[in-house]
Amino acid sequence: MIPLTNRSKTVSNKKMTFAERLYLPGIVSGMFITLKHFFRKKTTIKYPEKKREFAEIYRGRHVLKRDDEGRERCTACGLCALACPAEAITMVAEERKPGEEHLYREEKYAKIYEIDMLRCIFCGLCEEACPKEAIFLTKETVISGFHRDVFIYGKDRLVESADPDKRIDITKRLTPEVIEFKKDKKQRHNRK
Amino acid sequence: MLIFKLILIVSILLLSLLIAMYSTLFERKIAGFFQDRFGPDRAGPGGIFQPLADGLKLFFKEEFMPAKADKFLYILGPSLTMLVALLTSAIIPWGPGITFKGTHYYFQVADINIGVLYSFAVVSVGVYGIMIGGWASNNKFSLLGAIRASSQMISYELTMGLSIIAIVMMTGSLSLKDIVTAQHGFNWNIWYQPLGFLIFLTCAYAECNRSPFDLPECETELIGGYHTEYSSMKLGFYLFAEYINMFISSAMISTLYFGGYNFPFMDSPALSVNAVGIIGTFVLFLKIGFFGFLYMWIRWTLPRFRYDQLMNLGWKKLIPVAVINMILTGLGIMIFK
Repeated sequence: MIPLTNRSKTVSNKKMTFAERLYLPGIVSGMFITLKHFFRKKTTIKYPEKKREFAEIYRGRHVLKRDDEGRERCTACGLCALACPAEAITMVAEERKPGEEHLYREEKYAKIYEIDMLRCIFCGLCEEACPKEAIFLTKETVISGFHRDVFIYGKDRLVESADPDKRIDITKRLTPEVIEFKKDKKQRHNRK
Repeated sequence: MLIFKLILIVSILLLSLLIAMYSTLFERKIAGFFQDRFGPDRAGPGGIFQPLADGLKLFFKEEFMPAKADKFLYILGPSLTMLVALLTSAIIPWGPGITFKGTHYYFQVADINIGVLYSFAVVSVGVYGIMIGGWASNNKFSLLGAIRASSQMISYELTMGLSIIAIVMMTGSLSLKDIVTAQHGFNWNIWYQPLGFLIFLTCAYAECNRSPFDLPECETELIGGYHTEYSSMKLGFYLFAEYINMFISSAMISTLYFGGYNFPFMDSPALSVNAVGIIGTFVLFLKIGFFGFLYMWIRWTLPRFRYDQLMNLGWKKLIPVAVINMILTGLGIMIFK
């Protein structure tokens, strides 16, 4: 027979030696292995008191960023929704009225922006697709709920606070590639 | 004297219940430690109240009885198991006793001259609890578990008896008190009977249905075996009885092979009779604790035997070895005494 992989082992039906048939040496050595584990440092993390650290670039729930002047960056281009493999994002665009320049950065904005967190797979493709650096994934997790509707996050929960102190820091998510991309002259409008 | 015996009986009963209760916690703790976990540590400091919580939970569970179950036998099963588990404690010498107002009180409920036989009789009845429970459940898994339990316990009882005969030959008495006093100081039976001890230990594990011989209740094949259909406190009784059995058999092992309450330097003049009495009891419990730990240690180390392996080990290996051990002991007694 031709072996399919080089990992196959030949099985031998050799007779057990006397020591092996006695079981006792095997049992004693096994007991010492377990005893070693008895005194080993425990891997348990005692959850409510101690929480496991998330990675700095953890992909948790999304945030819709504002720019430095507190204007929403999203222009409702729909690229994130297009990129989303789980089709979790829905949006309705609206034209910016005169006098709303302090609220929205571009002439067009998302009137409704919803992410279904039950569909979302937290892949981060929306973040990658966004030309306006408006959507980012954060370290926060999606909290559990008893009904499906609580998992549809609207703008009320996605857009970050305009208060400069309550902004969500996403600098850790800016990988070297992103920073390099930002240096492109065509992306100058995104700088602030 | 009667009052003393009553006090002793009640305290041993309560003690074995308490120890069984906390064995469940230690079992889980130890299991956790062997698997690099902490085990239950939420109920009270370090999980101290876990057994209470478990017991409370069992009390509040639904008392389910299968429709086609034999009602009388169904209740008799766990009761019998519990009763038998507690019976053996009567003959174990718990300590050298204390002298109070000129009377010496020996810590043993009943010093019957056929102590070893009595313990065997009681242990043999123990199998009925499991058999009746498994039969009355009217469930194939339960029945299979019960059948396994009965054949396993009967096979290993034989070997157990053969290994104890060597001890009886050495002491010349069936009374546990005599066996213990013969092991005065550091003159323990284990030094003369290492092989007998190993056989007895193996059989004790098989008798208690403990891993690696826990075939009657193996979860993977029989979904709990004989107690599949049991719930609430009836299940609690079965589980409890298992831990009491462990406790009592640890006490028996310590008494028969590790000198019971005897400890080295117990004759030193610095110790009064009462001091020896108290230290002796303490030492016995230390030994019991060690064997209890050994039970758990082995449970969390070894995988379960296959059924044919179990029978092969019992009939083809242990019985011949036990017989050889008996003959060697006889020769030794003939030559050295």
